[in-house]
Amino acid sequence: MKTVKADPKGVLTGAHYLDGDFAIAEGALAAGCRFFAGYPITPSTETAERFAERIPFVGGIFIQMEDEIASITALIGAAWGGQKAMTVTSGPGFSLMMENIGLAAMMEAPLVIANVQRGGPSTGLPTLVGQGDMMQVKFGSHGDYEIIALCPDSPQECFDLTIKAFNLSETYRVPTFIMTDECVGHMHEKVVIPPADQIDVVERKWYNGPREKYLPYKPDKDLVPFMIKAGDGYRFHTTGLTHDERGYPVINAEAQDWNVRHLVDKIQKNADKIIDYREDETEGADVVVVSFGITSRVAVKAVQQARRAGIKVGTLRLVTVWPFPEKRIRELAGKAKAFVIPELNLGQIRREVERCAFGRAPAIGVPHCGGWVHDPDDILKAIKEAAR
Amino acid sequence: MSTQERPEERNPIEDLLRMDRIPHIWCPGCGIGTVVSSFADALHKSELDLNKVAIVSGIGCTGRVAGYVKLDSFHSTHGRAIPFATGLKLANPELKVVVFSGDGDIAGIGGNHFIHAARRNMDLTIICVNNFNYAMTGGQVAATTPIMANLSTAPFGNFEYPFNLAYLADACGATYVARWTSLHLRRVTKSIQEALGKKGFSFIEVITPCVTLYARRNRLGDGLNLLKYYYDNSEIRHGADTRTVPIDFQGKIIVGKFVDREKPVWLECMNTHLQKTLGEKYRPYGEKP
Repeated sequence: MKTVKADPKGVLTGAHYLDGDFAIAEGALAAGCRFFAGYPITPSTETAERFAERIPFVGGIFIQMEDEIASITALIGAAWGGQKAMTVTSGPGFSLMMENIGLAAMMEAPLVIANVQRGGPSTGLPTLVGQGDMMQVKFGSHGDYEIIALCPDSPQECFDLTIKAFNLSETYRVPTFIMTDECVGHMHEKVVIPPADQIDVVERKWYNGPREKYLPYKPDKDLVPFMIKAGDGYRFHTTGLTHDERGYPVINAEAQDWNVRHLVDKIQKNADKIIDYREDETEGADVVVVSFGITSRVAVKAVQQARRAGIKVGTLRLVTVWPFPEKRIRELAGKAKAFVIPELNLGQIRREVERCAFGRAPAIGVPHCGGWVHDPDDILKAIKEAAR
Repeated sequence: MSTQERPEERNPIEDLLRMDRIPHIWCPGCGIGTVVSSFADALHKSELDLNKVAIVSGIGCTGRVAGYVKLDSFHSTHGRAIPFATGLKLANPELKVVVFSGDGDIAGIGGNHFIHAARRNMDLTIICVNNFNYAMTGGQVAATTPIMANLSTAPFGNFEYPFNLAYLADACGATYVARWTSLHLRRVTKSIQEALGKKGFSFIEVITPCVTLYARRNRLGDGLNLLKYYYDNSEIRHGADTRTVPIDFQGKIIVGKFVDREKPVWLECMNTHLQKTLGEKYRPYGEKP
């Protein structure tokens, strides 16, 4: 992994008052993204607008495609053309992208997709918040594969985690997601953009060995293959079909086993290096509130009230949702009485916490279909119940 | 003549094929291989640096072309070769990017991308092998199937109006539109050469025999019979009004170079427009200084 300092051309150093959507665009530019293909969809459009406005002065491409299928596919092409590329979308557009998210995973194309979540299913609540795509982001395309998903809870984190998303995407050659939501996307807060020389940017894992020995899908020691780009003279092949190290299609069970396990292993075996979460007062806690995105900020009030009422409450905020912090949940399950999981869906992450807790502590959900955030009292009620 | 004096027996386009992937999967009598030969021939005759030529295919029989051609080659998803190629071209503008795929891929599932890339005048060369059916999946009706032709999902004959692809490409703004059959080998080569040497969205449709499915179901005979049909029924009409060139079942096939026009490509439009609007503050993209 080669890290360099950010290209100052893309870094808008200073303190700004930005919404989360804008902060994602600024994070992308700071991370070295110079290719954006997208399609307008509420509540994510502002990211595209910001990128379109900024890129002429930085040098790069903004193209509004004919749909989200074209947007994600153009990103894969752009990745193989040597660019860092991103798109942004929400529910319906995210669903349209699913097939080619699988292609990006299969071709091991580094790229970043932000999903500013709204209420679903279908057209659902175009202008109102939801967190219902948390399982879709991991399982939405067919077959077994792994991705990385990050979950910012503020405009500042939209900026920071977008840079992180690009860095992870390049490190592991995997599509990486910023799973934010309408509230964080449209929330205006102070965003501090550091000077370029304080921003670390991971460079693509370029191959520099002898040309005749290059194999596009031969895993390196860290399980991630080296990459090249079109036009470098390698005359390589890549496909969405099950393939071997050469990238050539091989249609049998052995090749399938090698190929699919590789896609899964490179993330699962590096999970400890990828996983990121924030904990507060989990030591000795009876109840641990697990939350992410806007819901973690709503939960703050409930946690404070519970603590004032004498309940020992800890919090665990997911920064990476996928891969999921299985080990940490398992450890906490042996110590705490229960988990409380508020989320703007009917229990997607609750189910994951329950799985990781192995029955050692109940996972109590605070489900909400979206459209607005939780009433902190509902979370408080669940905490009190859990502490009993 | 001793063995040493004999010329080496090799396919003249071997340098452009992934010989470790041959034999290919196409049926005897299929026309796709013929178009690949023409493409390779055109590349040889062109003055392009072949390390800077990339090929993108979608899915289907013709979708397999990218897997056999020894260039930077991408086998994408069904219908998405054009947006993939758009990303590739814009990310690395020094590339010449060719989309090589079938009628189902380009005009069926990928129709939306086709019309928009033509509208934008994206600098891509599209080679569309039209065999009038979805062959990889066993011969189903397509957006190009002539009325009356029988296919497995039109078991009593097709009654839908088909696309006239040349007209579609022309109407959407393509800078080069030609149609040939796989019998017109040298003309296909020449058209591909012209398209490769030209900036803009160029479209070459090649009508090819699908012996195993289309011809068998419609009792049209073998590959030779179909080539005979092309021979007897093709009429070269360069510059023809594309509205007048639809294809009827076993009817006349109007072929030729229909459109050849000049206009700036997407990237030039972006650079020119933003330069004009924003002046010196604009950082042009992808232009050689």
